[in-house]
Order: sequence, then structure tokens, then C-alpha cells
Amino acid sequence: MQARKKYVLLGLCMCCWLLLYYWGGLQERLLGLITHKRGEVARPWPSWLDRDLLPGYADQAELQNDGGSGDSPRQRRQSWAGIYKDSRCRMDTCFDFARCQGQSGFRVYIYPPEKGERVSESYHKILTSVVESRYYTSDPREACLFVLGIDTLDRDQLSTQFVPNVDERIRGYPLWNDGRNHVIFNLYSGTWPNYTEDLGFNVGQAILAKASLNTEHFRPGFDISIPLFSKEHPQKGGERGWLVRNTVPPRRKYLLMFKGKRYLTGIGSDTRNALHHIHNGKDIVSLTTCRHGKDWEKHKDTRCDHDNQEYERFDYQELLHNSTFCLVPRGRRLGSFRFLESLQAACIPVLLSNGWELPFSDVIQWNQAVIEGDERLLLQVPSTVRAVGIDRVLALRQRTQMLWEAYFSSVDKIVLTTLEIIKDRVYSHISRNKFMWNALPGGLLVLPEYSTHLAHYPFYYLNLGISPGQEFTAVIHATSPLVSQSQPIMKLLQVVSKSKYCSQIIILWNSEKPPPHRSKWPPMPVPLIITDGRRKGSIQTSSRFLPHAAIETEAVLSLDEDTVLLTSEIDFAFHVWRSFPERIVGYPPRSHFWDPVKKAWGYTSKWTNEYSIVLTGAAFYHRYYHHLFSHYLPSSLRALVDRTSNCEDILMNFLVSSVTNLPPIKVAQRKQYKEMPTLQGTKTAPWVNPEHFTQRQECVSTFASWFGYMPLVHSQFRLDPVLFKDHVSVLRKRYKDLERV
Amino acid sequence: MCASVKYGSRGPALIPRMKTKYRIYYITLFSVVLLGLIATGIYYITLFSVVLLGLIATGMFQFWPHSIESSAEWSLDRRSVHDAPLVRIPMSSPIPERGDLSCRMHTCFDVYRCGYNPKNKIKVYIYPLQRFVDEVGVPISSTGLSREYNDLLSAISDSDFYTDDVSRACLFIPSIDVLNQNSLRIRETAQALAMLPRWDKGMNHLLFNMLPGGPPDYNTALDVPRDRALLAGGGFSTWTYRQGYDVSIPVYSPLSVEVDLPERQPGPRRYFILSSQTAIHREYRVELERLKEENGEALLLLDKCSNLSQGLASVRKRCYKGQVYDYPQILQESSFCVVLRGARLGQATLSDVLQAGCVPVIMADSYILPFSEVLDWKRASVVIPEEKLPEMYTILKSIPHRQVEEMQRQKWTSVNSPLFLPLIPPRSPGFTAVVLTYDRIESLFRVITEISKVPSLAKLLVVWNNQNKSPPEESLWPKVAVPLKVLRTKENKLSNRFFPFDEIETEAVLAIDDDIIMLTSDELQFGYEVWREFPDRLVGYPGRLHLWDHEMGKWKYESEWTNEVSMVLTGAAFYHKYFNYLYTYKMPGDIKNWVDAHMNCEDIAMNFLVANITGKAPIKVTPRKKFKCPECTAIDGLSLDQTHMVERSECINKFASVFATMPLKVVEHRADPVLYKDDFPEKLKSFPNIGSL
Repeated sequence: MQARKKYVLLGLCMCCWLLLYYWGGLQERLLGLITHKRGEVARPWPSWLDRDLLPGYADQAELQNDGGSGDSPRQRRQSWAGIYKDSRCRMDTCFDFARCQGQSGFRVYIYPPEKGERVSESYHKILTSVVESRYYTSDPREACLFVLGIDTLDRDQLSTQFVPNVDERIRGYPLWNDGRNHVIFNLYSGTWPNYTEDLGFNVGQAILAKASLNTEHFRPGFDISIPLFSKEHPQKGGERGWLVRNTVPPRRKYLLMFKGKRYLTGIGSDTRNALHHIHNGKDIVSLTTCRHGKDWEKHKDTRCDHDNQEYERFDYQELLHNSTFCLVPRGRRLGSFRFLESLQAACIPVLLSNGWELPFSDVIQWNQAVIEGDERLLLQVPSTVRAVGIDRVLALRQRTQMLWEAYFSSVDKIVLTTLEIIKDRVYSHISRNKFMWNALPGGLLVLPEYSTHLAHYPFYYLNLGISPGQEFTAVIHATSPLVSQSQPIMKLLQVVSKSKYCSQIIILWNSEKPPPHRSKWPPMPVPLIITDGRRKGSIQTSSRFLPHAAIETEAVLSLDEDTVLLTSEIDFAFHVWRSFPERIVGYPPRSHFWDPVKKAWGYTSKWTNEYSIVLTGAAFYHRYYHHLFSHYLPSSLRALVDRTSNCEDILMNFLVSSVTNLPPIKVAQRKQYKEMPTLQGTKTAPWVNPEHFTQRQECVSTFASWFGYMPLVHSQFRLDPVLFKDHVSVLRKRYKDLERV
Repeated sequence: MCASVKYGSRGPALIPRMKTKYRIYYITLFSVVLLGLIATGIYYITLFSVVLLGLIATGMFQFWPHSIESSAEWSLDRRSVHDAPLVRIPMSSPIPERGDLSCRMHTCFDVYRCGYNPKNKIKVYIYPLQRFVDEVGVPISSTGLSREYNDLLSAISDSDFYTDDVSRACLFIPSIDVLNQNSLRIRETAQALAMLPRWDKGMNHLLFNMLPGGPPDYNTALDVPRDRALLAGGGFSTWTYRQGYDVSIPVYSPLSVEVDLPERQPGPRRYFILSSQTAIHREYRVELERLKEENGEALLLLDKCSNLSQGLASVRKRCYKGQVYDYPQILQESSFCVVLRGARLGQATLSDVLQAGCVPVIMADSYILPFSEVLDWKRASVVIPEEKLPEMYTILKSIPHRQVEEMQRQKWTSVNSPLFLPLIPPRSPGFTAVVLTYDRIESLFRVITEISKVPSLAKLLVVWNNQNKSPPEESLWPKVAVPLKVLRTKENKLSNRFFPFDEIETEAVLAIDDDIIMLTSDELQFGYEVWREFPDRLVGYPGRLHLWDHEMGKWKYESEWTNEVSMVLTGAAFYHKYFNYLYTYKMPGDIKNWVDAHMNCEDIAMNFLVANITGKAPIKVTPRKKFKCPECTAIDGLSLDQTHMVERSECINKFASVFATMPLKVVEHRADPVLYKDDFPEKLKSFPNIGSL
């Protein structure tokens, strides 16, 4: 009986199901008849007969009134601060902007190290970068941002560098204030087997600058994702990217490569275990090894031996140099060393790390430099990268280099980028836009205090499709007192003011005597401004590059008081500068060289076939470089210049070349830009003094060590007027005077 | 109805100013952008095109990069929305879960549905229209399908993304209109969503919403429970927005369709700051009034007109102390227009303001600006924290005039050079010389002999362009130290010289004619050194100039002794191999065929191409020479006779019209060795033999 009942029930169910199925199917078919058959003629979404009768989605009055004006803004702000804390922190709710509004502006304080406290090599570098940055302060009262003295980089409890009791210690800090305005650096969080994002202490309302951040835990606009970097990562300077040429077609020997660990168990093993599937031994090399950790042999599987063998056949460095794309799969954590390695190697990263918040994602448009894959679609990666066209490969590859050199090649850059991102948030209306962050030369070299307008910088003319302005400001550095009307400076004033492109002349007074009265200067067809460059009466050589407010033109013509030039030489150089506004364009060439005997950089003023410096005694450059010189360079370098009254021109060349990666441009034939000193001269020029020259040698070495590399680049050509010394009638030549020099 | 059909085929250049049209395009592009955005989450689509589309879509940028073909053919299908089938929702029908804030592409999205396709196009399915009602027959929405949502769905179904095959679809779009939460019955709408046949916890479903939340607290995301569905929403806050999963969209304003605003040139406006919103909180209105007191005429502070009756008229008018202004026309009279948050973060005013070419001053803390992941809002607007409202005037005054004008312009032309990285490639492995020849064997052999002396020469390629004659046999060729290869072409075309032959293994190419015998080894080596410092430019010997002929009103070609240069001839020029690839495959218009047909101007075309893509002038190296070989007769050497010059001028005019611009840049300089003509021992100079005739 029971069984029969069961069968009947089952039968009934079947019937019902069939009926439903049929009915549903019928309905579907009917529907298809209605919507499909007729729709398929042209478009599947019907063109409704009464389309114009459809109501708008909202009444206009409703849109404008917008449900009233909402709550009291003041109350809302107060209530937000109570609700949006900790994991929901945003700058609006967890950051005290008032701390940054003081006179001193954006200042960063580091807690002093406690007795016996040892920090890891990497954390030491981070702290050094902060201390050497222009934002450091030793006074917590003027600080806007606080950095812990405790090493929080490695929060893996199994690590030897793990620092215990952080919670208790930071709670003891009177300034901790639940982490408000603190930034916490971290590279490793969590431990085996789950590697969670927990730091093992409560970060509260502190900003996390952390590697391997997960998008789900990332507090957008608040935390900052930083790249994982090794303890060998250089403090400053850093290696250049490996790309030296843009070969066409851009394909390298291997299309795609990976060489790294395979995890037999635990988090991240899914992805790493699958990587061998795409290995074809030809253009795709994807190698994994089981041989890592202490007891790998215990867990080893059937693939291990074969894989390990194949693994040894390829050299990682060789693959890195010769691969178009590099797989960057997640490790135990989301970020891996592979990321920076492939960026530097100009091997386009193909990311397989689901949920990874990419480094500095606030500001960097990563889709221009990497390919974001999906761990779930590993098998599609080969066909995807194969389908990337020539143009895109070229663009992606160059972009890896741009980003590497702008933000990642040293600990300094990583730390500064972190600070600048926070600073941009704090002063949001004086900040860099996305374009500035993503175009050459990168956001660190753009000082928004100078301007937020792209056209005010020397870097973006081409992108904007515009040219620099038609006028220049001459800045004459005057060091000798005014004694006679036949002094070189008088002649120079005449020559400069005759140029039709000259809009004003500034005399920067840097002599022991006070500046003479305006009436002592000759009348000029252009405004003449005399500025005292001295500070407290003493000579400041670096003041020559102060961003004087009086400079209104983009072009600056920098001159020494005794410079000898012709008006047409000035005009020609200005024309050339307008084609190369990001470089120094001028007359007196100099050169640096590597002295293998002394094992040091040398400096020469001899005539040679190449040059790497154009002295600022007769040169054009963009006024923005005054800003960079005075605000971007450390005060120690400017102090050196002031102390020795020397080398400011060399430093300017270092600066500009480090920004452009290019040499300056020497124009026309003139090399000697000053009259040779006469024996009966009352005062000998400083550059005749041999000590002066030795100092310049030393400067080159000092500057190179601050930059962390040698930014100067040699050039083998100079730019002459098109018809220079050609066998043509002089009447045809626009710059015929130049041939008489 | 018919009107809109007609408009459908009109050119898109008029977009911002066409009424009915505008909405359609707005919605078309807007949805395409959206899909593009979502697609990036799944596949590796370049965002660049999406950005461009985004700019237009939001109506912010009144320019149009390329035309979009719109299908003018409308179906014969003529039905009413009221014919859509009625679906009754049982009371007990399940309700989806509220949206999951932790959802991301890799956790809540099923990529396997999206199957690989090489064009990276995802497929989108739209559910057929149904009219959902509850058990007693009351509809779930007071408006039903809105005009805007209908346009949006039409646009998607017209795009390449659309598929009617539900099994192939990656993304599903319900035809349930949730643009405005106020018109919805939340619970029933949620139930209706869950009843969709492929709902499956909302996976891969995309909802569009412009007005989220409802009184009194106005949530910043749609309140309809929606499981894992993606949301394209207007008015997200940073706490409801799921980055990389949701998309923030602008709140559409129908006014932009109804009102025809003339285009305004950037420049100063009558008012400096304008506030036109009617629903501003009292606290903020007090602040604004204080600003108005301090700065007087520079500020115009408008409000509702109290004496006007409700209705359309009141929507289009604003008042200040009894004076009536037309809205949105008045927006064009101000440099900056305030967009303050109201009860909601997303404001339709933003669309009006952008449409009017006024620079928005956005004050809405925590607001995720529309398409913020791809748009550079700092370049088109000023975002100020609400707290800083009292400082608004000072902040705006500190922005340079030129920057304001750039913001007003809202369009950014930009040159993106494909070789943008400043690299000076190493000297080795040198360059490949490509000699184009027809049958001047004697001259060719002399050229080969001369070039072979250049230290950095890596390889010689002879492009044999004569199909009737075979090249001389191997033993007759000059003996050279580098590999020499003769490439025979199928047709006598000038473009053959610019083909990216696999045999060219170096970056640098020296294109040289078979009659250029007068260049010295020093000059060639020096040219190569200069090219290394300008790898993205043409670096050549004979320079030429284009001039505007005022009498004729067109461009003229100039080869006489000029003080300026805008082209270098490719009869002897170094350039990057990449430009061969561009010339062969990416030359705009019919230029390539035109050159081949006329057997002339391939060099001018190359100059146009390089200047256009890099925005830079070529570099002429070394002094002027007589670039004619004594042996060549007038008939033989192409560049001689007068008609030839006329033809060259025609080429410039032709190319300028194809490029729709004059990309050539004029400069007054040439490159010489640092010690050229210097009083310096010749033997110490790197390149002593320069300029000898």
C-alpha cells in the first residue's frame, strides 16, 4: 500500500512536472513568437508604438527639488564621524585635517626609537626616506602625519622580525589618538596557513600603507596599497628600467613566462598549481618548483620531480630579459616580488591575483601598463596575450618603464609617493590630477603648489597640442658692484633688451654692496626689476634660482653679469628652446666623465666632441625649474652651493637631466661666453681660480651621490641655424650675425 | 515617433544641440561606456576608447572623435508596451538578499559565462518586457517602463554587445525599470527580480538606477534587495560603492534634451559663481548669501520663483529678488556653477551645468563622481569639501584664467606619441640601410660602396623595384663587410621602400635613394648619432618647407634656400622602423594608394605621418649640399622639373585635407657636430668630414 501511494504520488508529480514543463515551454514559444519572430527583423528590443508616450523616469520638479535639502550638513558631518570608523574609515571621518592647516603645512613626524629597539633594514630605509624628505619635522606639535618608530613591516608571527606587544606600546603613545593621522607601513601580514590581512594589533583610524592589500578590506581614498619590495631595494636613485630600445616588431623570444614556487598546499596553491598547464616549452615558459621550504619532500606529488627538472633548464634572468609578458601570479599573499621585477625588466606584467588592490591605485592608471588577468581564466591567458597588438605592446612596455622610474625604483620613491598621495588628499584643491600622475615625468616631479594648470609645466605642451609663450624673462645674476657705465652688465642689458622676445629683465643683486638706485641703470625699452638676492646681507648663490614672483613668462633666460652674447644669438636660442621647452638650451657646453683612475666622476671645461652640461650663464630654461630647484632639491645641496658660491649651474643641469633623462642642448658655435680676463683687471673672476675648478669636480660627485645615480647624459650635436655657414648669400640668412662670432 | 526615426540617421556632430536626438545618443553611448567598463572587469579591454566615449556620453565634452553608425532602419514591429505579458507575483515569492557590500568581480561574478572571445566583447541579454503586478493586480512601479530606460535598452540592443541567445549571454539586463526608486514598490520589485528565469542570486545581472534612496534618510544606493547584481547607480557614496564592481553614472537631466543651448567659447563670463539649485539646505544657503554679500556682483544666487505656479514653467525659471532668469540658459552666463548635494548626492544639476559649458564646483562629500574610475574630474571641475563652502570664492579665484578656460573647453586634444619614452638607444647594433632602386646600377653601386664605409652600418637592403629586369648577379656587386640583401618587389610602388621588412632587424633605418652619392661617411655616421638622440623623429639631410600661399589660399611646397625646415626628404633619412609599420598599415585615408598611383610624395606622406603622431618637427642634419648627382639627367632624377614641384604642393594640400590638419612643424635649426667649423685640430674631431661638396 505504502509503495503504491508512493508511486501514485511520484506519478502525479511527474505529470505536474511534465505539464508545467510543457506549459512553460509553450509559453516560452508563444513569447518567442511574439517577441522574437517579429523582433528579429531588425532589432530585438521592440520599438514601441507608444514610445513617445512613455513617461520620463522622473518628473523635472522632482529632479530639481531632489526630495528636499536633506539633513543639516553640520549634524551629518558629526554623525558620520561616529558611524564611519575603523574598517569604514575615510579621510572625511578618520583624519584630522586641522592638524595640517598650520603655518608649517604638511609635516611628517617620526616617533623616536625606543632603547634597544632594532628595526629591519627595509623599515630603516623607509624612515630614512621620510627624514630626508622635505616634509620631515622633529617637532610633533607641527606634524600633520605621524610615522611609528616601531617596525610594522613584517607582521607574520613566525617571522624573526615580528615585533610583539605593539598594541600595548602604541596605546601608550600620547599622540596615538586611536591612530588618527598616523600612517602604518606594512609588507607582510598574517601567517601560515591563511595569511589574513590582520596585522596583529588594532590599527584603529590609522592609514595603512600596505603591500598585498585586498580590495575588500581596502578603505578607498584612505589606505594606500604599496608594492612588495625586497630588502635589497635601493634607498635612492635605483636602477634604471631595462628597456633601451623599442624594437619592432616588439615581440621577444618568449611570449610569456613564469618561474617560481609552487605551493603544494594552503592558500594561493590553486593558482600556482595550475600554472604548469600553460607551459609549452616553446614560446610560453611557465615553470614551478616544489623545492622550497624545509620539508617539501613530505608533501611532494607526482609532478614535482619532472617539474623540478624542467625548472633548472631555464635561467630566470634570461627569461626576464627575453619575455614579452611576465606572469605575476599571487603568492601566499596577493602581491609578489615578481611585480616590481617584471616592471623593471619591461616585461609586461600579466596579473593573476584576484582582489589585489594594485600599488598606488588611487593615482596610477594600471591598465596602461599591465594586463589584469583572472585566476579563474588562467587557460585563456595565452590566447589573450597573443591577441595584444604591436601598438599596445609598445605602449604597455614603455609605460612599465615610466612607472618603474617614476614611483618604484627606490624606497625613496615608494615612500614619497605614499606621502604625496596623502598630501594630495589633504589639500585636494591644490593637488595633481590623474594626467599629471600618469604622464612623464611622473607625479613626484610635479609640485601642485606651483600650479594645478598643465600648461604651466614644461612637460605637457605636446600632449596639450600647444607651444610655449612667445616671450622670455631675462634674469641677470649680478655679483660685482656697479662702478662704471662701461661695465659688461651695461652692454648685456642693451643686447638683451633689443631682443623682440624679451618681455622683462630682472637683475638679481648678489653683491656685497647694496643694490644701486634705479636711476643708476640705463633706461630700457622693457621693464627692469632689481631684486635683492642676498639673505641677511650675505650672498646666496642659490637665490639665482629662486622662483621669483616677478617671472611671468614660461621661458627664463639666465645670464651672468659678464656674459657676452649677441641679440640674434639670444633670439635663435629662444627659438630652439621653444622646440625643447623641457630642456636647458644655451651656449657654454661642459662635460662630465668617469675617471677610472680616481674611480670618481670628473668635470671638464675643455672643448670636446660631446657635452652633458650647458652652463646657466647663458641659457634658456622653463621657469618651473626654479620651483623644482628651490623646493624639490634638499636644502643640503642648496647649502653647499651657497657655502662655496659655486656649482649652482651644475646642480641645475643635474636636476633638469634627472627630470627629462635627456641631455641639454647647445646652440650655435659660441663656447666662450665671457671676455677673457685682462691682467690689469681690478677683480679676477672666480672661475679663473683653480680652486674653483676643484670644487666643481667635487660638486659633481656630491650631486651624483644625492641623486643616487648619474643623471647627466652626453650629446654629440649642437643646433645651428639652418643656413649656418652655408654657401648662400648672407642676405638670405636670418641669423647671419652668428657666423661672425 | 517618425521624427526620431529620421534623426536616427543624422550625423552625430550636432549631438549636444539636437533635442530628441541627444537623448538617444546620450543613452547609447552611456550604456556602451558602461558595458565597456564592466567588460574591463572581465576582460582586458583598453579603457582609452571607453574614456573618450565616456566624455561624450556624459555630454560633458562637446566634441566628437569619430562618428558612430546608427541603424536607421527600424523594425516594422509596432506594438504597445501595454501588450507586454502580465506577470502576477505571488505574495510568498522569495525576496533576494540585500546587496552584498563585499562583492567584487572575482567573488560575485561568474566569468565562466562570458566565454573567451578575441574581440573582448561581452554579450548582453535583455529580458523581454513583462508587466509585473502583485496578487491583487497592482503594478510594482507607478511609472512602468520609462522613456529613458527604454532608450537605454534600445541602445544596448542596437550595439554589438547584444545577444538574443540567453545561453551565450555574459551579462543580463532586466527590463524592470528601477531608474527611480521613488516610483517603485521595493518588496515587489525585488520579488520580480528574483522571478527572472536566470536570476541565480543576481549573478551577472546589471541594474540601472539614477535616483536611489527615499525619504527621510535617502540611501546612496538602490534600496531594492538585489543579491549579487551589479549596480550602475547615480549618487553612490564611498560607503556604498563597490569599486571595480559597481559603476557610478550621472543623474540624467531631461532638460538637456528640451533646451537648445548655443555653444559658448571659453572666456570670462558675466558672473563668476552661480548657484541655481532650488533645494539647498538652509545652512548652506546662509553661507552662500554671506559669500554674496562679501563679493557682490560676482555671485548670482538664484532660487525658486515664489510667484510662479507649479508646473513646467517653474522648472525652467529661477529668481533672485523678484528678477526672473531662464534656466538652464542662465548657466551659460557664469564661469563656475555650484553643484551642492541635496538629500541625494547625485544631482541632475550636474548634467545641466556640464551641458551649458559651465565649470561645476562640486560640493558633495563622499560622492563618487560619475565614471570616476576613468574620468579625470580634476581637469573638468573643482571639487571642494562641503566644509570649505565659505572659502569657495577664494579657492576659485586662485585658479589661473587659462586653467578655467581649459576646463570650460572640456575637451582635450592630445598627442600620444607611440614612442613616448625618452630613450637614447645604444650605438650598437647600428642601422639598416634600405636603398630603393629601379635600374641605375652604376649609381646604386657607388651608393653602396659609400654607405658601407659607415661604422654603424649593420646591414644593407636593396629594394629592387624593377619587375622587368633582374638585379645584377651576385659577383658584380661591390664587396661590402656587412650583409647585403636584394629584395625584389612585385610591383613598382614607392611604398615598397617603407615596408617593414623582417630583414630590418635594427630599430634604425636609413632610407636612401640610389643617387645619393654625395654624403660622406662622417655625415652618415653623425646622422645616425643624432637619430639616437631623437629616435622618434625623422632625421635627414635635405630639408624642405611648407608655406601658406596667401594669394592662392593653399599650401605651397618650398625647396629653395630657406631659413626654416618642416620636412626632411626620405631620399636620405634615418627613422625608426616603427614608422614603416605605421606607413604600411596605419596611413590615414587613401594616401598610400594615392602616392603609389602618382609615383610621388612618399616622403611628404612620411613626414606628415610622423609629425602627426609625435607632434614634433623633423631634424635636419649637417649643412646644405647639392643633392644632385652629376650623372643623373633631368628625365631620370625625379625632383627636378617644374611640374614636379607643382605636384609636390598638391600633395601637401591633399595630405592636409586627409589628416584634417596641418601636422608639420616648422623649426629654424639643424644639427651639426659640436665642433663643426671650430678652430680645433681636425684630427681630434669625431666628425671632421662634414659639409664638403
